[in-house]
Amino acid sequence: MTDQPLLTARQLALSYGPTPALRGLDVTVHRGEIVAVTGPSGCGKSSLLHCLAGILRPDSGEVHYAGRRIDTLGEAERSRLRRTEFGVLFQFGQLVAELSALENVALPLLLGGARRSGAYAAAHERLDRLGVDDVAGLLPGEMSGGQLQRVALARALVTDPAVLFADEPTGALDSLAGERVLTELVRESAEHGTTIVLVTHDGKVAAYAHREIALRDGALDPNGLDLSALAGKQGDHR
Amino acid sequence: MSAVHVLLGILADGTPRHGYDLKQAYDALLPRARPLAFGQAYATLGRMVRDELIAEAGHDSAGGPERTSYQITGAGRDSLAGWLGTVERPAPFVTEALFTKVVVALRTGSDGATARAYLIAQRAAHTDRMRELTRAKTDPAANVSDVVAVDYLLGHLDADLAWMQTTLTRLGALRAELHEGDHR
Ligand SMILES: Nc1ncnc2c1ncn2[C@@H]1O[C@H](COP(=O)(O)OP(=O)(O)O)[C@@H](O)[C@H]1O
Ligand SMILES: [Mg+2]
Repeated sequence: MTDQPLLTARQLALSYGPTPALRGLDVTVHRGEIVAVTGPSGCGKSSLLHCLAGILRPDSGEVHYAGRRIDTLGEAERSRLRRTEFGVLFQFGQLVAELSALENVALPLLLGGARRSGAYAAAHERLDRLGVDDVAGLLPGEMSGGQLQRVALARALVTDPAVLFADEPTGALDSLAGERVLTELVRESAEHGTTIVLVTHDGKVAAYAHREIALRDGALDPNGLDLSALAGKQGDHR
Repeated sequence: MSAVHVLLGILADGTPRHGYDLKQAYDALLPRARPLAFGQAYATLGRMVRDELIAEAGHDSAGGPERTSYQITGAGRDSLAGWLGTVERPAPFVTEALFTKVVVALRTGSDGATARAYLIAQRAAHTDRMRELTRAKTDPAANVSDVVAVDYLLGHLDADLAWMQTTLTRLGALRAELHEGDHR
């Protein structure tokens, strides 16, 4: 891990009409870290994730990725960045209903201009690693919640993103299916150094991370002291 | 929880066992519980013999000091079945030092700052411990009883965490109530 943070947000502010969602937030994420963004419902976790991932533009403040300011980029540039550097996983996998698991997973590669045979081979490999290659030919409507979410994870990871953004990725799953998804996240990070920003309101889910950023009313939670951050431990994890 | 019924549960298969054997089996059966001290194991076995829950099954001294082996009795089986069939009272008393400390801190601190500082530090210690346990649980080498034990601990730590979060939010009001009580 270098000293240069991979992802930095400074003084992020965002409102939806009159409702402020983020009120001047500073966040730093280092390469290879798994960071949990926690806090009660409505505190701004998803808004923060969307700003960091370049999905939303903040009203003010800055977002830097790998030394480059990204919040001021145009839509085309940000979308390219999302396709090549970032992977995103939402609570409800958001797979394309008309496409099979395999086609869903291959989609980001095909959109990036990859050849069909290569994209399908890579998709199979991903599905296999997550233990769901047996559902490759099924439509989303034919899969269980746990299978759906692992297929969605395969799609988010198929481009080998440097950062995976996961927003309540296990919120719709029973605890054992959720555990399986989280274990895969941790393994991906350990084996490939993938940086993970994991949004959750669940303390047991947050415990999969190396470090926690606790939010409250769109700002850092003043009660959210993190021992691992204090001890400078975030570098201890591979 | 007394060790009696755990030891009865280990002897329930009918095989006589030595005290040392029983202590080892106890620790293996309850991973992440406090290990059974040797002194406690022998004292408990003595009481169980007295109460006729177990009986001495034989003595041997294979080259070493003499060792007594024990087997479960009919009364022991009845006691075990009774214990397993009895529902535990769900949390009859608050026994956690966590809670006691907060209440005492609220009485001694002038503005709730002591309680708040304690809760913030305790919360951080809890999340740290939860991460440590989660790492142990996701270790591919973890066996089922270890995972089940860790799940139990994680669930309780998570409940503590939720309580601490709520209490931090509630602190101002809590303290005001305590002091009102003083003036009545
Ligand atoms: N699209 C939206 N339109 C209006 N208000 C929104 C929208 N999205 C979020 N909000 C509001 O912004 C605040 C933060 O929301 P969000 O970032 O989704 O929080 P969290 O993910 O922590 O639940 C909340 O008050 C929420 O109601
Ligand atoms: Mg959200």
